[in-house]
Amino acid sequence: MRRSSLRRPLALVGVAALAVSMAACAQSERDGGGEGGTEGGGEGGTFVFGASSDPVMLDPAFASDGETFRVARNIFEGLVGVEPGTAEPAPLLAESWTTSEDGLSYTFTLKEGVTFHDGTDFNAEAVCANFERWHNWTGLLQSENLTYYYQNLFKGFAQSDDPELQGGIYAGCEVGSDTEVTINLNEPFAGFIPALSLPAFSMQSPSAMQEFDADNVQGTEDDPRFSAYATEHPTGTGPFTFDSWERGQQVTLSRYDDYWGDVAKIDRAIIRTIPDGNARLQALQNGEIQGYDNVLPGDIAGLEEDGFTVMQRPPFTILYLGINQASTTTPQLADVRVRQAIAHAIDKEAVASQSLPEDTELATQFIPPTVIGWNEDVPTYDYDPERAKQLLAEAGAEGMTVQFNYPTDVSRPYMPSPEDTYTAISAQLEAVGINVEPVADRWSPDYLDKIQGTADHGIHLLGWTGDYNDTDNFLGVFFGGPSNEWGFDNPELFQALTEARQLPTRDEQEPAYKEINAMVMEYLPGIPIAHPSPSLAFAPGVEGYQPSPVNDEVWNTVTISE
Amino acid sequence: MLRFVIRRLALLVPVLLGLLVLLFGWLRALPGDPARAMLGQRATPDAIARVNAQYGFDKPLLEQFFTYIGQLLQGNFGASTRTGEPVLDSFLLRFPATVELALAALLFAVAIGIPLGYYAARHAGGIIDTMAVSGSLLGVSIPVFFLAYLLKLVFSVGIGPLEFLAVLPTSGRQDVTIDATHLTNFYVLDGLLTREWDAAWDAVVHLVLPGIALGTIPLAIITRITRASVLEVLHEDYVRTAEAKGLTRSLIRRRHVLRNALLPVVTTIGLQAGLLFSGAVLTESVFAINGIGSYLFLAIGQLDYAVLQGYILFIAVGYALINMLVDLSYGLIDPRVRVS
Repeated sequence: MRRSSLRRPLALVGVAALAVSMAACAQSERDGGGEGGTEGGGEGGTFVFGASSDPVMLDPAFASDGETFRVARNIFEGLVGVEPGTAEPAPLLAESWTTSEDGLSYTFTLKEGVTFHDGTDFNAEAVCANFERWHNWTGLLQSENLTYYYQNLFKGFAQSDDPELQGGIYAGCEVGSDTEVTINLNEPFAGFIPALSLPAFSMQSPSAMQEFDADNVQGTEDDPRFSAYATEHPTGTGPFTFDSWERGQQVTLSRYDDYWGDVAKIDRAIIRTIPDGNARLQALQNGEIQGYDNVLPGDIAGLEEDGFTVMQRPPFTILYLGINQASTTTPQLADVRVRQAIAHAIDKEAVASQSLPEDTELATQFIPPTVIGWNEDVPTYDYDPERAKQLLAEAGAEGMTVQFNYPTDVSRPYMPSPEDTYTAISAQLEAVGINVEPVADRWSPDYLDKIQGTADHGIHLLGWTGDYNDTDNFLGVFFGGPSNEWGFDNPELFQALTEARQLPTRDEQEPAYKEINAMVMEYLPGIPIAHPSPSLAFAPGVEGYQPSPVNDEVWNTVTISE
Repeated sequence: MLRFVIRRLALLVPVLLGLLVLLFGWLRALPGDPARAMLGQRATPDAIARVNAQYGFDKPLLEQFFTYIGQLLQGNFGASTRTGEPVLDSFLLRFPATVELALAALLFAVAIGIPLGYYAARHAGGIIDTMAVSGSLLGVSIPVFFLAYLLKLVFSVGIGPLEFLAVLPTSGRQDVTIDATHLTNFYVLDGLLTREWDAAWDAVVHLVLPGIALGTIPLAIITRITRASVLEVLHEDYVRTAEAKGLTRSLIRRRHVLRNALLPVVTTIGLQAGLLFSGAVLTESVFAINGIGSYLFLAIGQLDYAVLQGYILFIAVGYALINMLVDLSYGLIDPRVRVS
């Protein structure tokens, strides 16, 4: 006993040493250059894309996050898509559509010969099954964190305990023929067609949803558990079929050979989860992935030098300097002259060159130029430090101290490095005699909580990436009603936004939104800075990737060669 | 021995209960609102109120606590508010990855640390000793994320003339193109069990850099403790006596020096093994390893109470069990320690 007890730990050490030395020997035998995911050249092969997180689950109807949508866009399609590379709605599973004059019914002509991945035909019945599914969600499925898009855009469900969600604007679905379907609404919804391009409104196979019990979200109220459909059997009409999902690691998709459109050129697509930005960069450099997005501005030059392809998505974002008029720390911000002074003090071009990707478009208003209602004649505030000082003097706010809130450790598509943006702007404010009191917080949940949940902030950095081509999705989100973020009460503006939202067609909305944009820039609740656009990086040999402003990137056009 | 184990396990109950109370209170005291974290950047106050009501976050803390304890007693650890994944399932799925990583790190630390510390003590004042002492100081002070970045730069991405060293993967647990069978989710073990040698090997290769990154601090500590402990024992009277008796050198080393010196080292290894779980949070995130550490990291950002509570509880149990095993091992190494 004695003897052996001593040998045991020693033996363990020996085994350990042996294992390490074995590992060391054998590693040296491996060929250099890493472990590329590419198999073969030209057509076929596996395309590996690095994502920052796992999808939440695989049923896009329950999702509102980018990573779930990234996977969904390759498996599923909606009635409406977007023109490649733009935010403009375009036919997808619906070949065309007509709108009734009152804006209350939309008749779609569907593409023929389309099948879901499980062999079910895509037809008018399938369209109605999807709309009816959304409309008839009950209980837990009416929770905003599950069905965010449906309840926000269609305003309710067939039956709801919450009076605000009772009814909604969906009135019914009529099957005309196999290829003709009419959706009726209770009230006009000008954004209906562009909204249908969201992955949340993808067409899903009615038979697969039934077989795998798609809406059977189990568990208690505070403890939802998704169905087998949402975790193992997502079934759409897109160019890729779902293969497997290893949680926290990767989602694997295979080419769908019976796809109605351009059949994918690659055999497989793998979306790998690599949460750390630096790790994604190194994985690309080492050939473990062939592409990733939201490349940090500082990494772009180096990647291009090393032969990687860097692309930019067309801008669909806004980065702004928010101003809190109800600030507990900086009450002077309620004075429009102070806000104008801040606007004149900021040199947007310098901010962009110091903290945003090259060629970033500067902003004159709170929506990007691709969104309807963008107005080239809004009041502008040129960089003019002298004018800024003069305005501060008029307002009696010379030498004022402003609390400047900014987030740390975060990179958003519209705000790749907030610390740098803060540094650039604060130096410009100091230059006109405004003292800056910096307050930095961790992005989630501290920063958002403080900005959107309290009045304890002065000026702050924030922004937004649009979901689809809808002005209300920008202006309505920001200025639709009183909020902690802006701290003002401007009934005229709130009213104008409510009315514009209710106009039945986009043609009627356009002049209304143009006017609102001018009104906002006159009132100056904050200062729009720029429309940064996220960058994507690809390994040499990856071709055919089409960046989209609304992230509608489908990989059937991608090819890989060595 | 059995009585000792039972007593230790019984002691675990009040410890865990205390931990739960602290954890529960501490998580709720953190700034931020889980409903807002769930709903994202543009949640309306109404929506936040609805979600708070739905998840019971608006109820009094005490009521929430007792509801949670009630669920625990039924073996229900709740589900992630972020993904809807049941906490226990997600833990069991990810735990093997972390254990594999921790074992790799421990192997690295022990296999190098003990011989190095021993050698350094035997040749105290020599070059190796000086290097070991200063090297271990560097080892404990270098931040894991920085070390990880450097390791990946040299051994994966490659720099200039050292390009030939760049043979290891930067991230993940296995090459995505390997179609491996996973029985236990311990990838190396799975590869061995299914005789998919290439899969097992690939998993081992993927463990090298993260193992080194996570193992550096324990390596430094184990080296220092071993050195100090051996040095102390070398000057004991009984060693001198043994030498005077004419015992062979190797016998003295094995039976007298190492055995006596190992006691504090084993204690340290036990403590380090527990710390490896917390160290894994950073290492796993940087190396994109799908373990409990990287999942905890995400959960913190989202104030995912159920996951944070469940995971930290499981880790605490694991920590307590490891240290109980360490206590038991004293008896094997040192007969003077009686554990009854």
